[in-house]
Amino acid sequence: MTEQATGSHHPQPRTRNAVPAATAERMTGAQALIRSLEAVGADTVFGIPGGAILPAYDPLMDSAKVRHVLVRHEQGAGHAATGYAQATGRVGVCMATSGPGATNLVTPIADAHMDSVPIVAITGQVASKSIGTDAFQEADICGITMPITKHNFLVRDAADIPRTIAEAFHIAATGRPGPVLVDIAKDALQNQMSFSWPPQADLPGYRPVTKPHAKQIREAARLINEARRPVLYVGGGVVKARATAELRILAELTGAPVTTTLMALGAFPDSHPQHVGMPGMHGDVSAVTALQKSDLIIALGARFDDRVTGRLDTFAPNAKVVHADIDPAEISKNRIADVPIVGDAREVLADLIVAVQADHEAGHKGDYSEWWNHLNFWRNTYPLGYDVPTDGSLSPQQVIERIGQLAPEGTLFAAGVGQHQMWAAQFIKYEKPGTWFNSGGAGTMGYAVPAAMGAKAGMPDATVWAIDGDGCFQMTNQELVTCALNNIPIKVAIINNGALGMVRQWQNLFYGERFSNTVLHSGAEHVPGSTQGVGSIQNRGTRVPDFVKLSEAMGCVGLRCESPDELDKVIAEANAINDRPVVVDFIVHEDAMVWPMVAAGTSNDEIMAARDVRPDFSDDLDD
Amino acid sequence: MSKHTLSVLVENKPGVLARITALFSRRGFNIDSLAVGTTEHPEISRITIVVNVIDELPLEQVTKQLNKLVNVLKIVELDPSAAVARELVLVKVRADNESRSQIVEIVQLFRAKTVDVSPEAVTIEATGAADKLEAMLKMLEPFGIKELVQSGTIAIGRGARSITDRSLRALDRSA
Repeated sequence: MTEQATGSHHPQPRTRNAVPAATAERMTGAQALIRSLEAVGADTVFGIPGGAILPAYDPLMDSAKVRHVLVRHEQGAGHAATGYAQATGRVGVCMATSGPGATNLVTPIADAHMDSVPIVAITGQVASKSIGTDAFQEADICGITMPITKHNFLVRDAADIPRTIAEAFHIAATGRPGPVLVDIAKDALQNQMSFSWPPQADLPGYRPVTKPHAKQIREAARLINEARRPVLYVGGGVVKARATAELRILAELTGAPVTTTLMALGAFPDSHPQHVGMPGMHGDVSAVTALQKSDLIIALGARFDDRVTGRLDTFAPNAKVVHADIDPAEISKNRIADVPIVGDAREVLADLIVAVQADHEAGHKGDYSEWWNHLNFWRNTYPLGYDVPTDGSLSPQQVIERIGQLAPEGTLFAAGVGQHQMWAAQFIKYEKPGTWFNSGGAGTMGYAVPAAMGAKAGMPDATVWAIDGDGCFQMTNQELVTCALNNIPIKVAIINNGALGMVRQWQNLFYGERFSNTVLHSGAEHVPGSTQGVGSIQNRGTRVPDFVKLSEAMGCVGLRCESPDELDKVIAEANAINDRPVVVDFIVHEDAMVWPMVAAGTSNDEIMAARDVRPDFSDDLDD
Repeated sequence: MSKHTLSVLVENKPGVLARITALFSRRGFNIDSLAVGTTEHPEISRITIVVNVIDELPLEQVTKQLNKLVNVLKIVELDPSAAVARELVLVKVRADNESRSQIVEIVQLFRAKTVDVSPEAVTIEATGAADKLEAMLKMLEPFGIKELVQSGTIAIGRGARSITDRSLRALDRSA
């Protein structure tokens, strides 16, 4: 942050009289942009140049501090910035030119917005005089991204660049994190300005509350100690606030069960005896039921998403709710909170620990032993599981489970969206925060490869596995070229069932097994009303394109695995390659389904542990 | 349905109004009336928004979402009993030698003003609360309303306190 103005690549004559501070230096807006990025600590930028952003790419070429990774599609740049941010906890940066360059960033920006990921997107804009004239490659990207950014800026004046970059990074990283877009007119990049750092921020309307209210904390502690069936409902906010150590202390202090949502996997060790699993549509029976039957939900950095609550009006009917979130708008949005707490999860947890402890010392401690009898019953009776196919083909769950078991310590996992994502959430064990990322809120197919690339670029020493589907992979696999050429050796597992598996699962369950447009392979003809004939053993899995050849063509090692006997060997082979990206095409059984499942729009009471298996819910708990 | 008047203080910057109105429509709200203008501080604009809502909870949600906009400094809901609310109407009424004096009489009754007269029409300016203006327009209707233009409601709290005070102190701190 103390970068002195001495390293200009194109020194300009100084006009000392006009310069306000001693550190001010004349340079172009583009140079100021790169200097600002260096000053805020951005070390990696994912992007593609083009007409309007061209001036910025010239000084970027000379920067010793900012590494630019030239991606193959702007969507890849956006997801890479997201993966980078999720792996490192720092702000991810992507860059694109005006018009189509900028609009190609829309999907990853929307994705980052839904999952509260701090990224800054920098886009070129046509010259300020041309704005509004339908100039070549003009798009109103500020207007387009208004509903999907935390904030955005249009910069028309070179002098505003350093302040805007500083503000953008501040807004992205603080409060509830999120994407910020900075759109810079071409002439603002070209014009001269005087650069000084740090700039004066001017954000009078931005004051996120991080310190929770003491009275609410005391009330929450009282409810925790009075409850008989409490559950800690932990969301992604706990990971983002780096509050996992505090979470563990509170959990162990109270003895309450912990559920971690899809965005919070790793916030609490999966192996911990108090962990009852992931809630939601494909959550563990124990976690879903724990919330459903609880008398107190302590929501921490979670937002009562519809995938967690199921039908909202039947969700946890007997529970009081303590809801702590840094975003006041999340509290009582979906479920009315009895005790609303606005604050940073880490500060909330720290204060709660003290308050709960004080209550304990005063002789008030909750007794949850009967509750644990129920929880243990559900956990032991309905564990996660899967059937191994009898025809000798690979089970997708087994592939994912073995990848998790054979992965080196500290491996990071990124998933696409669909069945493989749910299995990766279920069958890989997460012990540490920041080791799992996926597209949770937006459900963006194609997320995995570029996000894994971003994570690996940010954490070059970690092994990074992308767990992808054959559908997802075909959306963004071109970023493997970027990985191959930029020494970003990620590993990709294609869970290749030759179908858009999750959609196919719904067709299987809810559309009378009519598989309309979910078959991706060239295999056998579709036989209406039958699950047979959709990929006989010979042509099971997507073979066009040939993913092994495709991967090799992109400079990666391509491997294929079709039978359980080869599984461990192929995974070990992939784990051993660290100088190039590796893609493993796992041809798996197409009829595997994700269980448990709460069908969309139904109550969590209707959870099915497996097809036609509804768990015993101990309905006597409904008091 | 109940009417709510929100006074929103915002930074006087381009695009802020678009952010606010887009947020209302995105969250499923219809804006009844909207008025924007600068305040005693040139860097702050004040937006008065009147919304009709069935349920209070979604209004609380939209207020919270509004508060999250970086350019929004402060939001105050004005209680009708503790605030003064006014609208402005300009109305062009058909008039001839026979009806003109009757129209002028109505204008005086409502303490409105005649701002333009021509052989075929009278243009009237009136300010007041929505119900007063409605009553006046009802009286004018039989003469034939040729053109009508209405401003959004603007409103201010009664008493000595000012809603700009505290948000301005915040501005000073950051400056």
